[in-house]
Amino acid sequence: MNPFKRSPLVIAATTLVYFFLYAPIVILVLYSFNASRANVKFEGFITSFSDRVQMDGSFVEASPCGPFHWYCDLSKNNDVIEAAGNTLTIAFTATIVATVIGTMAALALQRYDFKIKPFSQLSLYIPIVIPEIVMGIGILTLFSQSFGWLNQALNLTGDSRLALGIGTVTVSHIAFMVPFVTLVVQARLQGFDKSYEEAAMDLGANEWTTFWRVTFPMILPGVLSGALLAFTLSLDDFVITFFTNGPGSTTLPIYVYGLLRRIITPQVNALSTVWIAIVFIAVLLLQWLQSREAKPSH
Amino acid sequence: MLQRFRENKSMQGTFLALPTTLWLFVLLIIPLFLTLVVSFGQRSPDGDVIFSFGLHNYIRLFGYSTDCPGGQTSCFDPLYVNILWRSLTLAFNTTVCVILLAYPLAYFIARAHPKRRNIFLFMVLIPLWTNFVIRVYAWMMLLRKEGAINIVLGWFANLLGLDFTPLEMLYTPGAVLVGMVYEFLPFMILPIYTSLEKIDNSLYEAAADLGANAFKTLLRVTLPLSMPGVVAGTILVFIPVMGTFIVSDILGGRQVILVGNLIQRQFLDARDPTFGSAASLILMVMTLIVTYFYTRKFGFGEEIVAA
Amino acid sequence: MTSEFAVEMRDVVKRFVTPEGHEIAAVDHVTMQIKNGEFFSMLGSSGCGKTTSLRMIAGFEWPSEGEVFIEGRPMGHTPPFQRKVNTVFQSYALFQHMTVYQNVAFGLEMEGADKSEIDKRVKRALEMVQLTGMERRRPRQLSGGQQQRVAVARALVKTPDVLLLDEPLGALDLKLRKEMQLELKALQQQLGITFIYVTHDQEEALTMSDRIAVMSKGRVQQLATPVEIYERPVNKFVADFIGESNFFEGRIKSISKDEAVAHIPALNTELKGLPMSRDFVKGEDVAISVRPEKIRIVENKTKGDGLFMAKVLTSVYIGSDTHVYLDLEGIRLKIMEQNRISRLDPSSFYSKDQVVTLMFMPENTLILKKD
Repeated sequence: MNPFKRSPLVIAATTLVYFFLYAPIVILVLYSFNASRANVKFEGFITSFSDRVQMDGSFVEASPCGPFHWYCDLSKNNDVIEAAGNTLTIAFTATIVATVIGTMAALALQRYDFKIKPFSQLSLYIPIVIPEIVMGIGILTLFSQSFGWLNQALNLTGDSRLALGIGTVTVSHIAFMVPFVTLVVQARLQGFDKSYEEAAMDLGANEWTTFWRVTFPMILPGVLSGALLAFTLSLDDFVITFFTNGPGSTTLPIYVYGLLRRIITPQVNALSTVWIAIVFIAVLLLQWLQSREAKPSH
Repeated sequence: MLQRFRENKSMQGTFLALPTTLWLFVLLIIPLFLTLVVSFGQRSPDGDVIFSFGLHNYIRLFGYSTDCPGGQTSCFDPLYVNILWRSLTLAFNTTVCVILLAYPLAYFIARAHPKRRNIFLFMVLIPLWTNFVIRVYAWMMLLRKEGAINIVLGWFANLLGLDFTPLEMLYTPGAVLVGMVYEFLPFMILPIYTSLEKIDNSLYEAAADLGANAFKTLLRVTLPLSMPGVVAGTILVFIPVMGTFIVSDILGGRQVILVGNLIQRQFLDARDPTFGSAASLILMVMTLIVTYFYTRKFGFGEEIVAA
Repeated sequence: MTSEFAVEMRDVVKRFVTPEGHEIAAVDHVTMQIKNGEFFSMLGSSGCGKTTSLRMIAGFEWPSEGEVFIEGRPMGHTPPFQRKVNTVFQSYALFQHMTVYQNVAFGLEMEGADKSEIDKRVKRALEMVQLTGMERRRPRQLSGGQQQRVAVARALVKTPDVLLLDEPLGALDLKLRKEMQLELKALQQQLGITFIYVTHDQEEALTMSDRIAVMSKGRVQQLATPVEIYERPVNKFVADFIGESNFFEGRIKSISKDEAVAHIPALNTELKGLPMSRDFVKGEDVAISVRPEKIRIVENKTKGDGLFMAKVLTSVYIGSDTHVYLDLEGIRLKIMEQNRISRLDPSSFYSKDQVVTLMFMPENTLILKKD
């Protein structure tokens, strides 16, 4: 029995919230096919595949991509390609480092007793309880002050001067990603029965072998979901990147933000649509992998 | 040496935790300390920091002004106090709206057939994983004078034969609130769902058996048992809303200035990092105080990790 | 009390759709009448329909067909909170966010009772289950047995006409379970209200119940007193499920009044004076069952009426009894002997391949339908 499950009130509210979540995304995608350069009004879809298409009521020169005009435009935009490259480089590097050191810390916090343990555990909560902008300007201050001092002390000039760039963004990303990796892996370790390891050692495996043959495979799903969370946090990050990037290290969110403050063409919508599509496929793939793991194999 | 390391559990633990702890110390704790030091300093004419000790930035933040009408030497200027207050109330309103929207949805998913739960959750994750900036942009397109909402309203008005003048929705406090609610809604749905899903069906049955109807069950059993999720969600929503500047920047224009915008401008446009640092510390203290009293009242749920 | 029966299930069917899409009847045309003030058990292995039946009485499920009556009134789709029955859940379902006191008071608050009334009744209920002094504890601070008592107190405080208990002792260890069995029985006798008790533990059902419904595959196999169920099972399933039985295949040779003569081909013998509980016809193939404790090993080494020679396969010492497994003309038998004397001397056990003489009385055997 469950007399509350099918309450029409709950169903109505649910439908409304899902509509609220998806309406903006649908509109965003729709406008990426807009036959208008100003992208203020929806002028209809681009229908023909010719070199001259009707846009804002008049004919203009265009690539023969038809409805996908703005996607073609996007693929020719070097700034976007560079920003995408930066975003992925930063996300991959930061994820690898954060996952390795974060997993190590989770093991330490869950399995060992040591002097700085309370401090280590407490520092993990900083990114959760402190607004990102506070961390962002703090890190910016750290870099600008220490770089200024180092450049002067070491007499660095020109290109060898320390400056904000991909390196500073990556290092900062790791700082706010690590706690999430550690907390996720720690949660996984909490439900881990020590008798598996004891059994391995009983059967003659030393600590090192036990870790790699027993412990690690069993916590791997936790490590992977921690890594995935870290990766998405990095891809999505705006605030920390905003304060720590420099010339040549623009990421996609920063690039889009820059465009929003100037003239917006449907190119931004095309970019957003591509992004949403990639996210959709990634989440789908992940769900599929999880459901495959959950099913018992016969 | 190796033998000693192998036998010394404490050394092993320190070794494993050291990279993370060091990283967090250098990039989170030292910067906070630096921010504190800078906030006492003064701005040099070219926008650099002159290290000194004074409380002038804080005094200015709380309304002391020397730029007064009528030739007074000092007066109260509520500009910054207003900004702080506006940020606080907006964060509060956003959190309340988000809870009201998230709860029924989370409840629906938690009580759905286990086979369908994943699909409904998946539908929450998609907007969450779509980039933050893109999501604000989507609302910009919706709220504009020529945007989708006005177009739809125009159609309806036309249908009913009414006159319609497009509403000015963008660059208003309401637009910022809607944008904030949209941005942070998934962060509330997930932890509430996690805590609701843990409630065993027999508890609902026990409540019904003891005479509670649907409404009383919700009030006395479901809500109290899902409080850890609501608390975790509130922390995940309230804190970032306090510090976000993109939503207000894009949807509020020059109309809605929050403490995030104030800080950002001090570092980039006004070039007074000392004043920005002071504002940022006040922001941090405000969120910590609110979180402290809130969690002390309701406890700190483990659901925060689940999200 | 408006009706002779506290609860009546009249031709009740409950169908579920399995995840694979098949429709199955968890409860299949069940009819039973539970008298006022009775300790009634539903006994069966998992999936037999006992819990579903209980949940239909509680109101958590509604019958697909048929009707459940409580105190003579048809329940239809009456929700649980409008039925004068209360449930003790298998998992206890205690509210973890409330204290013991608040848990017990919950049901009374829902009735809108005033504070002093609630206080009085909660205190009395806690006293009844011997939990006085635990009012301010949280459920998770209590032992399993204490949690179980809270669950009982929480249901009883509502003064239901019928208390439903869904395997309430399943999570407790053996010793505690036996204590609680006696306590619950005493509580039921003291209060005089109807208990409907669901269990898969036959000893538990036999110990506590006034009457038992043995269920299997959604149907009631037998509904009777514990003695009747054990001594006069109506079919092979019940004979096998309750206690243990040795079965012989046989054929009815003649019938007179309520006694029969049957021929058992395997033993090449006829058994006379067999009691019958159901209708059989001459020449019908039947199963004849004998309980292990009703077969005796005797000193006499000759074959004769009711005496059979068998070979010992193995014997197992279990403390109070010794179980002896034997081969009787290719049929495997089990018999139980009480250890009335000390077995410290190894020669007091039967050895493998030893030939012994068995004896059982016709009045201790049963003729059952062959299925």
